[in-house]
Amino acid sequence: MKEKMESLRQRFSKEVENAKNSEAVEKLRVAYLGKKGEVTELLKGLKEVSGDQKKELGQHINQLKRQVEEHLAQKLSQITAMEEQALIDSAEQYDVTLPTAIQSGSYHPVTIIQRQLEEIFASMGFVVEDFKEIVTDYECFEAVNIPKDHPARDMQDTYYLDNGQLLKTHTSAAQNHILRKYGAPCRAIFPGRCFRNEATDASHETTFFQMEGIMVDRNISISNLIYFMKTMLSEVFERDVKVRLRPGFFPFVEPGFELDINCLICGGEGCSTCHHSGWVELCPCGMIHPNVLKEGGIDPEKYTGFAFGLGLTRLVMMKYGVKDIRDLNSGNLKALSQFRHE
Amino acid sequence: MLISMNWISDFVDLRGLDLEALIHRFTLSTAEVEEVFRMGENLRDVVAGKILTVENHPDSEKLHLLTVDGGDRVYGVVCGAPNVREGMIVPFVKEGGMVGGEEIGCAKIAGVESHGMCCSEKELGVSDDHSGLWELPEDTPVGKDMTELYDIKDVVFEVDNKSLTNRPDLWGHYGVAREFAALTGRPLRPLETVELSQFDGLDSVPVEVEDKQLCFRYSCLKVRNIKKKVSPVNMRIRLFYCGSRAINLLADLTNYLMLEMGQPMHAFDCAKVDSIEVKRFSEPFEFQTLDGAKRAVDQNTLMICSKGRPVAVAGVMGGLESEIEDDTDSLLLESASFDAVSVRRASTRLGLRTDASMRYEKTLDPEMTVPAIARFLKLLLEIDPQAQVISKLTDVYVKRYPQVTLRFDKPYVDRYTGIEISDEQVLSTLRSLGFGAQYDGKEFRVEVPSWRATKDVTIKADIIEEITRIYGYDNFAVSTTLSPLYPRKRSAANKSDNFAKDILVERYGLNEVHSYIWFDAKKCRELGVEIEPNVKLLSPQSPDHETLRTNMGPTLLSFVQENRSFGADFGIFEIGRVCEGLKEDGECRERKVLGIALYSRVQGEKELYYRLLNMVRTLGREIKRTELTLSNREPVHAWQHPRNTAEISCGEEKLGWLCTLHPAVLSKLDRKAAVVCAQLDMDAFADVSALDLEYREPSRFPGIDIDLSFVLPGGKRYGDLTPAWEGLSIELLNSVTLIDAFQLGENRSLTLRFAFSSKEKTLSKEEVQPVVDEIVKALETQGVSLRI
Repeated sequence: MKEKMESLRQRFSKEVENAKNSEAVEKLRVAYLGKKGEVTELLKGLKEVSGDQKKELGQHINQLKRQVEEHLAQKLSQITAMEEQALIDSAEQYDVTLPTAIQSGSYHPVTIIQRQLEEIFASMGFVVEDFKEIVTDYECFEAVNIPKDHPARDMQDTYYLDNGQLLKTHTSAAQNHILRKYGAPCRAIFPGRCFRNEATDASHETTFFQMEGIMVDRNISISNLIYFMKTMLSEVFERDVKVRLRPGFFPFVEPGFELDINCLICGGEGCSTCHHSGWVELCPCGMIHPNVLKEGGIDPEKYTGFAFGLGLTRLVMMKYGVKDIRDLNSGNLKALSQFRHE
Repeated sequence: MLISMNWISDFVDLRGLDLEALIHRFTLSTAEVEEVFRMGENLRDVVAGKILTVENHPDSEKLHLLTVDGGDRVYGVVCGAPNVREGMIVPFVKEGGMVGGEEIGCAKIAGVESHGMCCSEKELGVSDDHSGLWELPEDTPVGKDMTELYDIKDVVFEVDNKSLTNRPDLWGHYGVAREFAALTGRPLRPLETVELSQFDGLDSVPVEVEDKQLCFRYSCLKVRNIKKKVSPVNMRIRLFYCGSRAINLLADLTNYLMLEMGQPMHAFDCAKVDSIEVKRFSEPFEFQTLDGAKRAVDQNTLMICSKGRPVAVAGVMGGLESEIEDDTDSLLLESASFDAVSVRRASTRLGLRTDASMRYEKTLDPEMTVPAIARFLKLLLEIDPQAQVISKLTDVYVKRYPQVTLRFDKPYVDRYTGIEISDEQVLSTLRSLGFGAQYDGKEFRVEVPSWRATKDVTIKADIIEEITRIYGYDNFAVSTTLSPLYPRKRSAANKSDNFAKDILVERYGLNEVHSYIWFDAKKCRELGVEIEPNVKLLSPQSPDHETLRTNMGPTLLSFVQENRSFGADFGIFEIGRVCEGLKEDGECRERKVLGIALYSRVQGEKELYYRLLNMVRTLGREIKRTELTLSNREPVHAWQHPRNTAEISCGEEKLGWLCTLHPAVLSKLDRKAAVVCAQLDMDAFADVSALDLEYREPSRFPGIDIDLSFVLPGGKRYGDLTPAWEGLSIELLNSVTLIDAFQLGENRSLTLRFAFSSKEKTLSKEEVQPVVDEIVKALETQGVSLRI
């Protein structure tokens, strides 16, 4: 019996040695340890052995079984490792430098700047409002202190419609609506499309965007206006912006100002962009005219407020260096598809 | 408008101040200065030279050889001026000197050396006269520097006219000088005038103001025996520097007065005009203005007449017939005030914007007419002491502006400005600007001067501007507000617009565009798209842009067409406005809509159509957690495909459409590509109430998927099938997904995956079989059979 076991052990050792792949190992496992495997058969044969011999023999056979099992497991892990290595060695190395074509969309640059401004103002407690593009004479002019025959109407080339309405010439057309909607106190910005009936060229468009803001409360002062303008513009341009105010005449504010910022191209030294003055005119603003507050249902004796009008389209051109304003309404994707969120 | 600092210095002593810095302050406190010119800076060694001898040039007919006494020595000069003459005194640039920025060296002219140059007025920059040498008076000291003889050196600046729109008082030098006085704290000198009451004994001029609506004041005076014809040099230089051209003494004086005081004046030849009526005519007529043009004047235009004959368009321009001519020695001087709007309209109708009309448009101070006459007379008598006044001042004052008095307290100033400013500073600022200002310890009482009271300063807030602009905005301490903060919700509309943009850009790779609110007729013609009748612009830039767009389709289609070279497969969208005709109240039915157009030469129309369908449904699901309904409808617009136009709705609310193109339009756009288009009404969409998210506990047990293929007879749609399982309300059925769809001859095959699961146990195929059978049975009654 012992010799039989010994020859079995030797034969097994040789066969394991020769096994070339995991299938061969599996075949060996079945041949030795399977239901009818040789080691299994040996164990079965124990039934016929009796007494002390049985115990000793049993120990030997079990030892053999363990050795076979270990041997097989060892061989299998060896072969698996080799096979995996072969797979790795034969694997294709992909070209990471290959260009990847993905279709990426784009936002209109006005949307990008508008969102940026909305975020800044929302963080300062301003509500974002929207308004019609087709408005009444009252909304666009009379409600903001531009009565009929006012010379300011000449300054704005208005698109009148055959039903008596008009395309809004400025975002101020929404002021009355917003003052009435919120009453005082009130902080709101309202971006929107505006229209001027004038010939177009690289710097003039019939259709463009403005963003107006108003803030009304009991003690709003010119000093506050300057603070908000400076803060907002520093956020927009992501640097400390110098601003200066000059008197400017706009019927819906009193006092009215032209706000200049120091030229971003030359830093205020003077260049062709700023006509060598170091300053660029950016946005009209001022303290809301008492008549406008009154017309909006707010008592100008109790409340004051400021208003400003930013040229969104102009900001876009400054920020991205767009030279021809007409590109923005052209629908030309060669131009527009470049604008992604920042 | 051009302002001469020499002129300003007549009224304020600016000695010792940096003029350019002062002009810069003017920009910050008053009105925008566009440009500063330093006049007479480019002259050097230009003196009064006496021409001693004149000989003909040996080789030239035009040139002469001169000897010129330059004061220090005699120069040999070659000169081409036609009026050259022995004994003449002229401006002379010595060799090595400079004129017009150019150095004059020793030069050979036609073979002869020239050691200097004799100059015309134009060469010295004091007029545009280049007809000959500038002949100086005989008593001019030879060798004296020209810039010492005359006010050639000056600092002139140009103010942006637009920034003076609301400041009628700044349309003359005296008003500007008042600003400089306030800015520097130096006194403003009074204007020197003639006391007019001395003529009260004379006859008045017959003046009748018939039109009391449009003429506020008419003042006039007659003068005779005016012998001088030419204005003094310094006066002509000032006029020239300020953009006016010297004509003759009387015309120059009216211009000078206008530039000095801002009061337009008109000089009629007294021989032709000796009485005045101010009126409108009942019929249109033709009138020849000073510039020689014959103009059609209508019955709305205010005219100055004499004995029924029109002699001037009030506030705009005089008539040619009564013009001052070279032999005129007597004049009727008009100084008047007219309604601003009426002058502006007349000037627009006539296409004639003059220096006078520009000023009248700003609503001038009627108080100014008489001082202007007194000043005119002062200047005239200084120049021509022989002139004789032959009428008393005749002054018809129809409309007086009320005295404006404003009252406010110090806290008002404090809360409006946010700065610390003393009571004294408020008072002194206002007084320096000519306001009458008092403070009784409680209240400021401010009387607005007449030149600011016509429209400019009417309320307290206007006073704030006066105080702060002189205080200087650069000197403001800036601070944030003390206002409390409130939570502010974003509106539903703002949310849906922004979310929709994000979905279309980030998920579907679309490009956002902006366009115009009107149809572009030219582009529509190219596409064969008919312009639908709609509200029109009254005066469009081009007749092709006169009709407001009723929908966004045509705009996007032409953008698609223009972008074909951009790529083989792209999509664009815009959130913009359209006008769907008029509402019952006559106002435009303006809608904010989202328009989408997809273009592809890669995918077929069908794939593109389903891609767009998916986008639209996604918008509903993502933004509102709502299933949008799409149903085939007749096209709304002629360019849409008659069979493949669908309506987008939610419940009862119609939200828009989705379509392919009519073959006629598609063939014009691109024969080889597929184009689909949709529009969603964002106003209505924002109003759709978003469903709440309902959380469903996930099942802990595996479910079971059953795939079934059905054969749909032609004409049957997926939507016809859904009632078969939706009607059964099967608890175990989790979802139904489309796996595959293809054409089977006349019929269509759809493979659907029915996913079942239970929260209590693992489902076996046997357990769901009865339900499956039921669905199949329900479908069979619809004529839909299982494909085995």
